[in-house]
Amino acid sequence: MTTTPFWRRYARFFGPDPASDVKEELGFHLEAKTEDLIRQGLAPDAARKEAERQFGDLRTVQQIGQRIGQKTERRRRLSDYANDLLHDARYTIRTLGRDPGFAAISLLILALAIGANVAVFSVVNTILLRPLPFPHATELVWIAPPPSECGWSCATYSADAYEEFRTMSRAYQDVTGYEAFTTPENFRLTGHGEPVAATGMEVIGNFFQVLGVQPILGRWFTPEEARSGAFVGGSSAEPVALLAHAYWRRQFHSDPSIVGKAIELSGTPVTVVGVLPESFDYGAVFSPGAKADLFLPVSLDKERMWGNIVTLIGRLQPGVTVAQALADANRVAPDMYFNLKYPQSKGRYKGDLVPVPLKDYVTGKLRRSLIALWLAVGTILLIAGVNLSNLLLARSAARAKEFATRGALGASRGRIIRQLLMESLVLSGAGAVLGLGLAIAVIRWLAHQGSLALPLLNSLRIDSQVVGWTVLVAILTAMIFGLLPGLRMASGNLQELLKDSGAGAGLGRKHERIRAALVISEVALACVLLVSAGLLLRSFSKVLEVDLGFEPDHASSMNVEYDDSAPTYEASVAKRAAIFQQVVNRVSAVPGVQAVGISDYLPLGPNRSWDTPVPQGQVFAPGELPEPLVYVVTPGFIRAMGMGLQGRDFTWADGPKSERVIIINASMARRFWPGEDPVNKILMRGDEPDRVVGVVDDVHEESVESTLGAQVYYPCTQQGPSRAQLVVRSSLRASTLAPTVLRALRELNPNQPASEFRPIRTIVDRAVSPRRFFMLLVAGFAGLGLLLATLGIYGVISYSVTRQRPEIGVRMALGATAGQVQRQVLANTLRLALAGIVIGTLIAFIVARAIASLLFATSPWDFPSYLAMAVALLLVAIMSGYIPARRASSINPMEALRNN
Amino acid sequence: MDPAKLEFLRGTLDVLILKSLVWGPLHGYAITSFIRRQSNDAFLVEEGTLYPALWRLESKGSLAAEWGLSENNRKAKFYRLTSEGRRRLRQEVKTWEAYAVAVAKVLATTRLPEPEEA
Repeated sequence: MTTTPFWRRYARFFGPDPASDVKEELGFHLEAKTEDLIRQGLAPDAARKEAERQFGDLRTVQQIGQRIGQKTERRRRLSDYANDLLHDARYTIRTLGRDPGFAAISLLILALAIGANVAVFSVVNTILLRPLPFPHATELVWIAPPPSECGWSCATYSADAYEEFRTMSRAYQDVTGYEAFTTPENFRLTGHGEPVAATGMEVIGNFFQVLGVQPILGRWFTPEEARSGAFVGGSSAEPVALLAHAYWRRQFHSDPSIVGKAIELSGTPVTVVGVLPESFDYGAVFSPGAKADLFLPVSLDKERMWGNIVTLIGRLQPGVTVAQALADANRVAPDMYFNLKYPQSKGRYKGDLVPVPLKDYVTGKLRRSLIALWLAVGTILLIAGVNLSNLLLARSAARAKEFATRGALGASRGRIIRQLLMESLVLSGAGAVLGLGLAIAVIRWLAHQGSLALPLLNSLRIDSQVVGWTVLVAILTAMIFGLLPGLRMASGNLQELLKDSGAGAGLGRKHERIRAALVISEVALACVLLVSAGLLLRSFSKVLEVDLGFEPDHASSMNVEYDDSAPTYEASVAKRAAIFQQVVNRVSAVPGVQAVGISDYLPLGPNRSWDTPVPQGQVFAPGELPEPLVYVVTPGFIRAMGMGLQGRDFTWADGPKSERVIIINASMARRFWPGEDPVNKILMRGDEPDRVVGVVDDVHEESVESTLGAQVYYPCTQQGPSRAQLVVRSSLRASTLAPTVLRALRELNPNQPASEFRPIRTIVDRAVSPRRFFMLLVAGFAGLGLLLATLGIYGVISYSVTRQRPEIGVRMALGATAGQVQRQVLANTLRLALAGIVIGTLIAFIVARAIASLLFATSPWDFPSYLAMAVALLLVAIMSGYIPARRASSINPMEALRNN
Repeated sequence: MDPAKLEFLRGTLDVLILKSLVWGPLHGYAITSFIRRQSNDAFLVEEGTLYPALWRLESKGSLAAEWGLSENNRKAKFYRLTSEGRRRLRQEVKTWEAYAVAVAKVLATTRLPEPEEA
């Protein structure tokens, strides 16, 4: 090989060309061969032919060559690209290191925005997107009547109805359910130190089989146990129980040999037959914020006389749709009895068997809130992206010369954009790592918020989906904030940039316009968030202002154990009345206690109804009569709850032998006797009269936001309460009062377990906790948005002041006062903010309409929310404009002019 | 023996190409000439096999190619060994020698060996 000729440099001037390379190479080969053959004595033509003959199939070889050539070329290009990327990354880290202030601020913004997004995504993913934590969870349906005013009693079915539905339906693999009226701390565990309260859920025997929950130790309930029930205190079979994982760990220290052992529940030995897996959390699915310690098979035979008692949960046959299941239920319902003993109860459930996917039952109500939350957090990401875009633009203005030099030295536009995008990717990547850490901390904390009544929170965790989402968000963010400055930068005129001294030049102005547009959009987005947060906040405060019908502060409740077993019903009633009276009197004597009473149910928790009282002398069409919720209470309960009462309270003198009395709520009184005094009116239950002795305020029962139905109160001396919840009103704190009250109760009944003494306020708090949760999050995002918008405004104004230094200097030299200069800068600031607010308000109108269903007693056009938003934004705008304005007015004209 | 009939064992051509480039860059035609001459005309390398082999070696990084001028001043593609190619050559030569020794030993057998002691 001789020296390289000069033309070789241009041989592939228009890029590599594997095809002609191959052709030329093979052509050379043929020529060389031909020459050799001529030298050996062949005629030129013959030599050429011979060479070609020897070569064989020229075309195939050419094709192979082209293919290999292209592949090589591609690989080479790729490795070049990778090298460039590596180089860019190293360069980026070096540049960022030189500007730690910028790096720190952008990382902080990114970490907050990405962290919030990841955390919200994992909540949304857990509650909305992932299936319920059961095998083939989509087959599970919740079967309930359409919502009504009479609470749980109208959302449940009788034992007979359950059995008939199960045998007659064809849509299900199996149907199960649980006893809906189980209340917290309904059992007393003894034999492990002092008695402690435990919550035992009574479930239909096949509950865990249908859900597909396999015990980690032991076994499911057997069909025999399922049939007879392991009713504690019952006589039939030997009582059995399954333990919840958390309870097994807490109460029995994860005893691996617990299965087969007997534990004593409320005086009855109960055999533990199994331990449920950690992944099964009854409360998280069926009753957010509540817990269940153990599970016992419900005795359907025993419950048969109690009316509506169980919920229905079905597992559909594979391939059966919910619509088909509904049709099947409508076929079955007319033939179902409420109670087989009463033929007239046939068909009572017509239209009351509506299957919905269990997932919808559990999370359906939260769907809108969660989607709104998701959008809010997405807006934060957008604002953060715009903000960084702004910061990068400011930086790239300062780096304009650097890029101009690189461009002049031969860096292509694409190369410079790539470099800038790499910078944003490195930033957002680091931000994503920090954000993920932040999100993990938030999620850990959230997963252990037992008092937050959101379903499935226990299964909140960082999984591959969440990590995938983080990566996606990081790349998206980098695109949002990296592309615009990159394009702007690369399109600059090199000549102009190199000459430009940085200030007062065309690019600076152009930049400023873009940055102003960015700030306006940032303010507009923040404005939307602020309005949404304002509306939610107003709704929340409206919810807190709702007159609950009772006074939740300064009152606490505790579950009271009592033993009213007696040979006859009458003796039992008398015994119970005596116990209750003793308890009330004893606790009333505790110093600091103002009022004491007992009820079997408390508001905002489980509830039930029975009977439909009819006002004497009035006739109602079937279905017109309200089915009131029923409370069996002692004298003093109404005062202890702080409910308003018209007429008189029950007294201990209202005994089994005296006239039957009843207290009703205001709604019911208005319904039955509009405009009349309801006191002393008679309500008939069947043939027996109850005299109305008092009327109380409506109590919010189902939830704070719900509408009100009829409620009635019976004296515990005349009706059978299902248990006793002691309510104590006192100005002392619950924790101070608890030991004294417990001691008093133990004096009367040594078996009284150490139950929780709960302030009534916590019941209300739990009921409003989802709303508070969403409100706080959106408010937090709005605050973050406001902060970012402030930063954005400050950045732009501050930069423009720096750029206009000479101009300001000239004006001041010509006699402008410091005040005039300040006003000018502030006016610029306000112009930006106002433009943002106007655009933002318009968008906020649309958004507010969309979230109207999340609001409570608040109009989407709620003026104070909009006003507060505008004031807040203008205030921060003035604040963020003030610092640069001060700086502008303190410019020394001589210096400014000299520096130019 | 008819030289054209002598088939290459798999991988043989690669090692011959690599060997031919030990002394410096050559173009394709020079490589065929080298192999023919050194094998005393025993190996006639077909063009249809040579060039694809060259390209493959180039694509794998064992060879690097550059355009240059041939002895009679024509534009030709010259191949040279990369360090990766040198490493490969050393390795293949070793394999080849071991292979050849083993084959030779077997073929040199003159009588049936005694059965091995168990």
